[in-house]
Amino acid sequence: MTVLVEGVLRGVGIGSVYALLALGFVIIYKATRVISFAQPALMLAGVVLVSHLASPLGFWGALPVAALLTALLGLGIERGAVRPMIGRPAFVVAIITLGVDVAIRVVVNVFIGLDVRNVHDPWGLSTVVIGDVHIAQRHIAAFLTAALLVGALFAFFRFSRMGLAMRAAADDQEAALAQGVSVGAVFALSWALAGALAAVGGTFAAAGGSFDGTLWLTALVALPVIILGGLDSLPGAVVGGLAVGVAQEVVATYQNDMPWLGGNVSVITPYVLMLLVLLVRPYGLFGTREVERV
Amino acid sequence: MTVATKAPRGRPLLYTSYPREMGLFPTTTRKVAFGVLLAVTAVLPFMLADAELQLLATCCIAAIGAIGLGLVTGYAGQVSLGHAFFLGIGAYTASVISGDPDGRTLGLGVTNILVWLPVAGLVAGLFGVIVAPLATRLRGLYLAIVTLGLVFIGAHIFNEWSSLTGGVGVGRPAPTLEIFGYPLGTTTASATRDQKLFWLMAGLLVVFALAARNLARSRVGRAFTAIRDRDIAAGVIGVNLARYKTIAFAVSSFYAGCAGALLFTVTGFVEPTSFSLLLSVQYIAMVLIGGAGTISGAIAGAFFITLLPRIIRELQAVFPFISTDANEVPNVLQVESILYGVLIIVFLIFEPRGLFGLWVRARNYWKSWPFSY
Repeated sequence: MTVLVEGVLRGVGIGSVYALLALGFVIIYKATRVISFAQPALMLAGVVLVSHLASPLGFWGALPVAALLTALLGLGIERGAVRPMIGRPAFVVAIITLGVDVAIRVVVNVFIGLDVRNVHDPWGLSTVVIGDVHIAQRHIAAFLTAALLVGALFAFFRFSRMGLAMRAAADDQEAALAQGVSVGAVFALSWALAGALAAVGGTFAAAGGSFDGTLWLTALVALPVIILGGLDSLPGAVVGGLAVGVAQEVVATYQNDMPWLGGNVSVITPYVLMLLVLLVRPYGLFGTREVERV
Repeated sequence: MTVATKAPRGRPLLYTSYPREMGLFPTTTRKVAFGVLLAVTAVLPFMLADAELQLLATCCIAAIGAIGLGLVTGYAGQVSLGHAFFLGIGAYTASVISGDPDGRTLGLGVTNILVWLPVAGLVAGLFGVIVAPLATRLRGLYLAIVTLGLVFIGAHIFNEWSSLTGGVGVGRPAPTLEIFGYPLGTTTASATRDQKLFWLMAGLLVVFALAARNLARSRVGRAFTAIRDRDIAAGVIGVNLARYKTIAFAVSSFYAGCAGALLFTVTGFVEPTSFSLLLSVQYIAMVLIGGAGTISGAIAGAFFITLLPRIIRELQAVFPFISTDANEVPNVLQVESILYGVLIIVFLIFEPRGLFGLWVRARNYWKSWPFSY
């Protein structure tokens, strides 16, 4: 039982990271109807920035600065590669972001180099013990940060002027334009937000040890998460992220009892889960069914 | 009534009959160009060194795979990021059929290419049919992500099932190239290994390309383009969406299976980590850079992407700041990866019709010369 509870709690911690990454995807999708395959590169860029800035600024100083810089990178991508493509089929833009991802990751990998890098987080591998359940501090921190950011985001969308503009643009771009909403600013802000979220999420994914260029695969797990939750649902991204995290860690806990599945089957659990959910619900758990007009 | 089958002289684009417009080679120019291409292919092995021939043979195989992806993504409009998975299925089916029965990995010992090539295609096609129900339920980006998931699941199976694949870092021998006891993949008195490889792969490419072109102009191909342009409209005019999407995936996977089976015969070894997302991205790049929705575009794109590492190595002589040492920045590998990304972006923004579009532009320029503006 303790093992299961520990697995679930670990899953919540990792799921918080997925939720942050998935929120970035969903924000971009809602604003621009495009899935950004560039998120892994943005995340990796954010993590590398934190690891380089952490020694002069300290972890808590480096995190916001890195998030800000990654947001700027997101803005740059939006301006340079996505804005010229407005009005073109969504999949073409998605493929462009795939190209952006490949190109940026090469540059970022240069800054990772061959040394062992880490983000200098204050938690390392230390744990908190409640009863006889061990919880890693970095997972608690990830969960709390994610909860804080998710709360702030929902408040932003609910109460602020710009948040209202973003919701309006997501709802109907032309109507929003007619009401004086700057849809271009909405696009830009959504990419910036996604960049910042990717940087924060990535930093918590890298916490507790060293990281290398393969960390970008973590960001790809956000894809099954958003499909699971529904592409255009912010609560879906959070719920999906936690669900995928928990499922992955529970499988990881018990995978040694199922050797016929091969080692490390937990790595592909999110994708299998996604396939199963899609067979039953093609628009994910909370996604809105696309209404086709002819 | 007799149907005019020849174009009026000097007006090659004036079609006077429907069958001629739908023909495999609608103009005399195309027929001549195809004939010249065949002739060049036949004599090329006597003019080029073995290393170049080997590279061109790889290009031909990649082109078969790219045509397959072009059918499902370019013609039928179903974005598939799962091409690497189907290539892997083909590669391992062929390896198992032609593999040594007493070897370290699974093998049936049937080395005839006429057996393992079609079977590899059919097994991959079968997997395509299995995946197709997802494609008929999902659209656009959902489908892209699901097929991306397929690559990860496939990679896991390939990495873990070591009696099939030989395991990570070890791999297994590629299928044996042989037809009724005559070796196609070894040097004999009549021709070197690479000459034979090139002829074989170029021949197969011609067969596969003509078959794909034939499919594209048929009822099935027209259904594909109708689905791509607007699936609801296609459904309204009577195209059975589920059926044709399934066909698109099956045919595309068949091509991928055949390409996968052949791809590793050049190097002689299959390594399970080859079938990663990067391979899928390369094939997407081939189709998009070449020109989506055309067979010749897919072939051009495949040649371009496969030759890219070689082109960069030539560029290195011109731009000496690019290093060949993997520990220095910028090195050849980094430039190559960046170019994949940048080329995809540049082509999609500036010439969405790809290399094929560039060719159309050049052709139109000279056609209307000296009034080309």
